[in-house]
Amino acid sequence: MIRFYLNGQLQKLNQVDPNLSILDWLRTRKRLTGTKEGCASGDCGACTVVIGSPDPEQSGQLRYDSVNSCIALVGSLHGKHLVTVDALTQEPAHPVQKEMVECHGAQCGFCTPGIIMSLFALHTESAANGSVPDDDALLEALSGNLCRCTGYRPIIEAGRRACVQTWEPGTGSAVLSRSSALSGPDGAAPNNPAPGLSGIAWLQNPEMIADLLSVQNTAGELTDDHGYRYDAPATLDALRGLCRQFPKARLIAGGTDLSLEITQQLKDLDHLIGLSGIKELQEIHEDEDGIYLGAGVTYRAMFHKLEERWPHFGPMLERLGSRQIRNRGTVGGNIGNASPIGDMPPALIALGAELDLDSVDGTRRLRLEDFFHGYKQTDLQPHEFIRGTWIPNPAPDEKLFIYKVSKRIDDDISAVLGAFWLKRDGDTIKDCRLAFGGMAATPKRASGAEAALRGQPWNADTVAAAIAALELEFEPMTDVRGSAAYRLQVAGNLLRRAFLESTQDTTTTNQPLMVTDYA
Amino acid sequence: MRKLPPNIPRPTTTAKGLTGTQAFHDSAWKHVRGQARYIDDLPEPAELLHAAVGQSTHAHARITAMDLSEVWAYPGVVSVMTVEDVPGHTDIGPVFPGDPVLAGDVVEHVGQPLFAVAATSHRAARQAARLAKVSYEPLPAALTAEAALDQQLFVRPSHTQLRGDPDKALAEAPNRLQAQMHVGGQEHFYLEGQACLVEPTEDAGVFVHTSSQHPSEVQKLVAEVLDLPIHEVQVEVRRMGGGFGGKETQAAPLACISALLARRTGRPVKYRMARYDDMVQTGKRHDFFNTYDIGFDNEGVLRGADIMVAGRCGFSPDLSDAIVDRAMFHSDNAYSLGQARVVGHRCKTHTVSNTAFRGFGGPQGMMIIERAMDDIARHLGMDPLDVRKRNLYGPGRDVTHYGQIVEQHVLPDLIDTLEASSDYRQRRTEISRFNKENSILKRGLALTPVKFGISFTAKHLNQAGALVHVYTDGSIHLNHGGTEMGQGLYIKVAQVVAAAFQVDLDRVKVSATRTDKVPNTSPTAASSGTDLNGMAALDACEKIKQRLVEFAAETYGVSADSVRFENNQVNVGEQQFGWAEFVQQAYMARVSLSSNGFYSTPKIHYDRETGQGRPFLYYANGAACAEVVVDTLTGEYKTMRVDILHDVGQSLNPAVDIGQIEGGFVQGMGWLTTEELVYSDEGRLLSNGPATYKIPAVSDAPPDFRVALLPHSPNREATVFRSKAVGEPPLMLGMAVWSALRDAVSSVSDYRYSPPLDTPATPERVLQAVTATERWVAAQGEPSCKNA
Repeated sequence: MIRFYLNGQLQKLNQVDPNLSILDWLRTRKRLTGTKEGCASGDCGACTVVIGSPDPEQSGQLRYDSVNSCIALVGSLHGKHLVTVDALTQEPAHPVQKEMVECHGAQCGFCTPGIIMSLFALHTESAANGSVPDDDALLEALSGNLCRCTGYRPIIEAGRRACVQTWEPGTGSAVLSRSSALSGPDGAAPNNPAPGLSGIAWLQNPEMIADLLSVQNTAGELTDDHGYRYDAPATLDALRGLCRQFPKARLIAGGTDLSLEITQQLKDLDHLIGLSGIKELQEIHEDEDGIYLGAGVTYRAMFHKLEERWPHFGPMLERLGSRQIRNRGTVGGNIGNASPIGDMPPALIALGAELDLDSVDGTRRLRLEDFFHGYKQTDLQPHEFIRGTWIPNPAPDEKLFIYKVSKRIDDDISAVLGAFWLKRDGDTIKDCRLAFGGMAATPKRASGAEAALRGQPWNADTVAAAIAALELEFEPMTDVRGSAAYRLQVAGNLLRRAFLESTQDTTTTNQPLMVTDYA
Repeated sequence: MRKLPPNIPRPTTTAKGLTGTQAFHDSAWKHVRGQARYIDDLPEPAELLHAAVGQSTHAHARITAMDLSEVWAYPGVVSVMTVEDVPGHTDIGPVFPGDPVLAGDVVEHVGQPLFAVAATSHRAARQAARLAKVSYEPLPAALTAEAALDQQLFVRPSHTQLRGDPDKALAEAPNRLQAQMHVGGQEHFYLEGQACLVEPTEDAGVFVHTSSQHPSEVQKLVAEVLDLPIHEVQVEVRRMGGGFGGKETQAAPLACISALLARRTGRPVKYRMARYDDMVQTGKRHDFFNTYDIGFDNEGVLRGADIMVAGRCGFSPDLSDAIVDRAMFHSDNAYSLGQARVVGHRCKTHTVSNTAFRGFGGPQGMMIIERAMDDIARHLGMDPLDVRKRNLYGPGRDVTHYGQIVEQHVLPDLIDTLEASSDYRQRRTEISRFNKENSILKRGLALTPVKFGISFTAKHLNQAGALVHVYTDGSIHLNHGGTEMGQGLYIKVAQVVAAAFQVDLDRVKVSATRTDKVPNTSPTAASSGTDLNGMAALDACEKIKQRLVEFAAETYGVSADSVRFENNQVNVGEQQFGWAEFVQQAYMARVSLSSNGFYSTPKIHYDRETGQGRPFLYYANGAACAEVVVDTLTGEYKTMRVDILHDVGQSLNPAVDIGQIEGGFVQGMGWLTTEELVYSDEGRLLSNGPATYKIPAVSDAPPDFRVALLPHSPNREATVFRSKAVGEPPLMLGMAVWSALRDAVSSVSDYRYSPPLDTPATPERVLQAVTATERWVAAQGEPSCKNA
């Protein structure tokens, strides 16, 4: 059984197909149709819901994150509070709803519920922090919501206006448009918030939170008529046991990639082991040598930790997926998925990151670059799982450059990602690691170019020699994201950009070098 | 007699929400609460089945065998059908034949539906549809417009428009340039995918809920495949989650297949396309291969032009005849071509049949002449804006290449105003300085106009009907043939009705578009929704008002002209009655309070034999000034600022109109920049989902975005309250971004070289343009302005 709350009301599920997405559960089992399917691949945001989880940083509170419900599976709801647009029907309306109406932010209206929920999450988060989001935060919150009608200007305006208002919800009953009563398929009561509680009080209902905290310490499981299973272990030990017992079961963390097998390839996965309930996997440990990210740490959670060590992570992580994806996607999932273009692995390889693989037999550590064997092939053994990754701290003479190139700036998969770690002694390159995504079947180091740099003066001629080496050692493919020729030309130019950027530090003419810097 | 409803008088105030006010979208509150129902949100009838189709995996092939046994055997499957099982017509081509509802012996594109499945769940139907075993004998496939031109494969005959003697003008012109370009297609990416729900009726007919811009055509085609008279089929469209032309003809196949499955099973059938299926199976904007040969004087003014536009139509005609016509009509955009020949080809390819998309070929035609304007400027060392201004239509140079006279010259002043308000000249200077000082990033600026012809070029479509009822409580029910896809048509026409009676807008309720309320309607397309349906609704209102005036004059012994509708009242001479009170009086006196209305557009004609006529009632105009910044290392770019001034005549709803302009601009920008349709060498669409097909996201909206409506510009033609159509024209404002990208790249040559830049101008194509420019500079033996 899994146990969670939907719009303030307790739900217990047992006999449910573990391949069911939250979206399909809402729309087909609960007949709550406010949440829309636009793509079923986590790219458009029409299905955005908000999920509350006990927040380790604020004990006793739930933190609410926007999530693509189309690629989040029901099993992942164990111990969570799911909030959907169907809950926001009371008078007075939530400020984001009022402003979306008044700014004419909805035209066809199909993306609107998702936009409402993304803005609702932002509003809730900033209200909890007592802050007002700036435009960057607003755009980031909406980065995973496509709108085809408005051109976004009125939506941005609505977000700006709403986020300076407080939500003072009424206690009245829901406003039902006459043509759209909210009832379950069997005439069940509408899924409205718990009576007597509203607004923040309803989102932070102490009884619900106490229940969720206790649920979090228990394992959840789903089964269905086909014998399909979803296990949601609560501890590392339980996970080790499950991995030993069911070596063919698929591990699922954020599910932002694995779920596509279900929703796009229409596969039925017969056994899933959900990792999001295991606290140890979400821990971050820091010491003077480096930082250890548990495999379940989300992009959102690692963002500041990495950016403060290696500033180039900031702009890259801001462009990795969308806000909804960054709320769910994990470093372990990104590595385990072994995509040739995953944006984190090249950066981590450039840093010399190491990986822990765990099992009942113990933990083994290996260099991340040794983990990838071939296209989607890794060193992970059937009963193992990724425990975490260790990333060294920067020394004063080290610098990391990460450049992502994609067709669209936000929420797009890279054509090329270049990550360059340089250790300099004055003008000489003492050591370096250059890693690329999108240039080969795996994230890959450019050993020839590295050799052309090591021990050489850091100047335009050396860079040119390294670029020439790059062109010899890579044979990238032509695909929907770019041609082989483009990838090669860009890979070299990214190295050139790193050179320009590093030498600009010491000159007075600081030209902007990236369109994302120019504003 | 039943009791009349209580007449609660309203205070005498100026009626609220009339035309010209910024009324909210009629569904706005439902949108934000998730309570607006789209097809898939409707309560599901008992015994509902879900449809899916099996798709061709070949671009062109003969089917030698099709084994559906595993499809039949899949759990949940209730019925499977092929074209053999269709009782009526099997060809559902909207204008010309060529679109089989399910494939026969030959398939002509990857994704073509081969058979249909009905199953107890959406997922089961889709999973089952993948289990067919189909054997193909591959046939040669033409996949591009150029391949079709080489092989002379056309879906419809080519057409020529000729004015004067272009060959002579070109030969005698002081300057002459030739060029060619590819203009990419575009996926509609309406957020609500194609969907319909069909329920059998008691007379072997069907009731169809569809997400379609053209309910009357859905009705006709469903009747034809079922072999029924049209009156056995009712079609309702409450709203669409976006259309953009993609639901003009492309919704009908779903309705036909669902209706056929409903007939076979006796059960209701829903067919909702998953995004992947929608992108693979339904038509898109035509990509074009265009060429120009232009002659111009030393001031940059065109003397003559020979232009070819060739659209990739896909395997069937669909609407391509009219789409390529519109590309031809707009290959001049806002400029007098002088002596001109324009030839349009309708290329047949073994790809999905391309279809209507906002602009309907117009944008693709305009691109070739906008490219020419920039090329002339670089050739002569002039600012592109000066070249554009000199070539605009104006008094004395007002005849288009198809013989229509441009009567209202809006653009010269509009452009001057925008040039000043956008600080074009000062920013041009600043940008040139920036580009000299910066080696990696380059900024670009462009100001481009749009002149877009308003009317369907298929003359018979320029008609509309409406139905207006006034009830005894003074509330008004409005129905018309136009469909709501988010563009605000319902609220605008409701405002027209409120204005006609001078009552508050909340008295007026617009109901779902239905074929049994208003018959034989035209698609909501060609930007004509408000022009046509607004006038039809106004006609219905005027008929009811006429009866009320006659009743008042007779009853109170006053002259007809002393009866006035104002301030939620009816004033009869010196007497004043509240609106509802007066309506009740009329009812008691047995005055009909219901009327239909009708409108047909006057003045328009076009002779295909001569290629001359007046296809458009008027032109809509606008201009955009865009500034971009380009990274010459990667080709990445960002649109930094956009200023738009657009002409909507006398606006019916400024907020709705601005929404159309902003949204159209961003959609046009997406078409020309990041939205790339990529096909494999076998004709398979590779950019088949939002992970690979990138429409603009929130951060692509220009951070500085200034949009204004041209003030004091009533339409010279007698349109509804002198407004102008606004749906399509703003899309073409996005051309300013493309031109600004070229401008930025051209700066590498100090604006002497005009780099080719096919569209979409992805970062990859922009980098290619940078490289081409650097090579040109190197060939001149001079240092580039980019010294990286």
